Amino acid sequence: MAESGERKAALEMVQADGTDGNCVTFVLHDEDHTLGNSLRYMVMKNPDVEFCGYCITHPSESKINFRIQTRGSLPAVEPFRKGLNDLMGVCQHVLDTFEVRLLPEELRSFLDQERQRTFDAESLIAFSGILCLTLV
Amino acid sequence: MAAKRSMDELRERVVLGEFGVRNVHTTDFPGNYPGYDDAWDQRRFEEAFRVDVVREEDGVLEFDMVGIDAAIANAFRRILLAEVPTMAVEKVFVYNNTSIVQDEILAHRLGLIPIRADPRLFEYRNQGDEEGTEIDTLQFQLKIKCSRNPQAAKESSDPNELYFNHKVYSKHMTWVPLGNQTDLFPDADFRPVHDDILIALLRPGQEIDVLMHCVKGIGKDHAKFSPVATASYRLLPDITLLQPVEDEAAETLQKCFSPGVIEIQNIKGKKVARVANARLDTFSREVFRHEGLKNLVRLARVRNHYISAKVWLARSTASGKMRGKCWSHLQAEAAQWQC
Repeated sequence: MAESGERKAALEMVQADGTDGNCVTFVLHDEDHTLGNSLRYMVMKNPDVEFCGYCITHPSESKINFRIQTRGSLPAVEPFRKGLNDLMGVCQHVLDTFEVRLLPEELRSFLDQERQRTFDAESLIAFSGILCLTLV
Repeated sequence: MAAKRSMDELRERVVLGEFGVRNVHTTDFPGNYPGYDDAWDQRRFEEAFRVDVVREEDGVLEFDMVGIDAAIANAFRRILLAEVPTMAVEKVFVYNNTSIVQDEILAHRLGLIPIRADPRLFEYRNQGDEEGTEIDTLQFQLKIKCSRNPQAAKESSDPNELYFNHKVYSKHMTWVPLGNQTDLFPDADFRPVHDDILIALLRPGQEIDVLMHCVKGIGKDHAKFSPVATASYRLLPDITLLQPVEDEAAETLQKCFSPGVIEIQNIKGKKVARVANARLDTFSREVFRHEGLKNLVRLARVRNHYISAKVWLARSTASGKMRGKCWSHLQAEAAQWQC
């Protein structure tokens, strides 16, 4: 990001006294509706979540309060983590689908770039997927 | 059956009524509808999701995303506007400016000029670094002097005849390689995207001599870094005729919508209206002003079908920016919150 510097406490967890971890408010610094709304949607899709919402505390401060309440005794961190993973999965799939839709010469230049990047599991799968599609 | 149909409508359509819009919010979360399994399922999403590129020209990309929710589509739009990096002029070293455009105004205008340079080739500048190195800075020079044309006719009052270089365009900006940039980018062509952006006007004797440093930045920091002129989307329109519309009513109906939406067919001598291409409609809702017609049509939008139009400022890697940065940015943001 453009403002790289010391980031203090990018994420805080606030829990009311007496509760047992299944209703937690996460304070996310340097975030806004971009992550807030999309993450809220992914967490709400989880059947274990009883309540999920977010708000921007004040428009002059760039932080959001993100609250999750779960059914039963599931710790609230679990749906939070699952929501983030699901969001990454969605983005990866959209990226792959979009790539496949591009014109052949764009695809070629993309493949060249992909070869230069270090492979991790996901991009490897995407790369081989696209390779299969070009061969078909 | 009717109950299921209305539930489907609630889930899948945003309905435009006469006095307001109904079913705006996404409601397909687990537990809201008995009999529907709405929990997140990556496989179901992948089967339903598709992207269709409608138009990809120099500077405009229009595509359809089907099967995705507003929250995510909007997140992509916000990222395109504010968080996809580009190169833009940040520091302007003014050696000589005798034009009537003040230094700071000139610097502001130079900053807004879109630069054709792939930001992935550069790093962000470190905070507090005033000088800039060759891996994070692109240098341009604008050196132009206006002079009188001795060949001009005596009575002429046309500035194009009387003066040389009286209009300063973005094409007068030249790239000055720093350090080993000539070796790093041997066939690179760094210049403003458009050659014909008018920067300033000069008269004989006036001169502009400035050196500019471009850095990598994002739209959140300053709008000059935004790669898109605009990024927008709309939902796919869905127009349904609840009853057959004939003759004069059909003609009126056709005029209520954008051209091409309703077509009139001749069936057994009668003119019958038919929805030809709902996608073209801009939903002026003119049909609600006609008492006889307003109950015959249902105007709605398909909730998860997004027609996105992105207008780019930089021609280089237009769709590349889209694919490389946009989707993976949201992914990266999500990833950084992983404990």
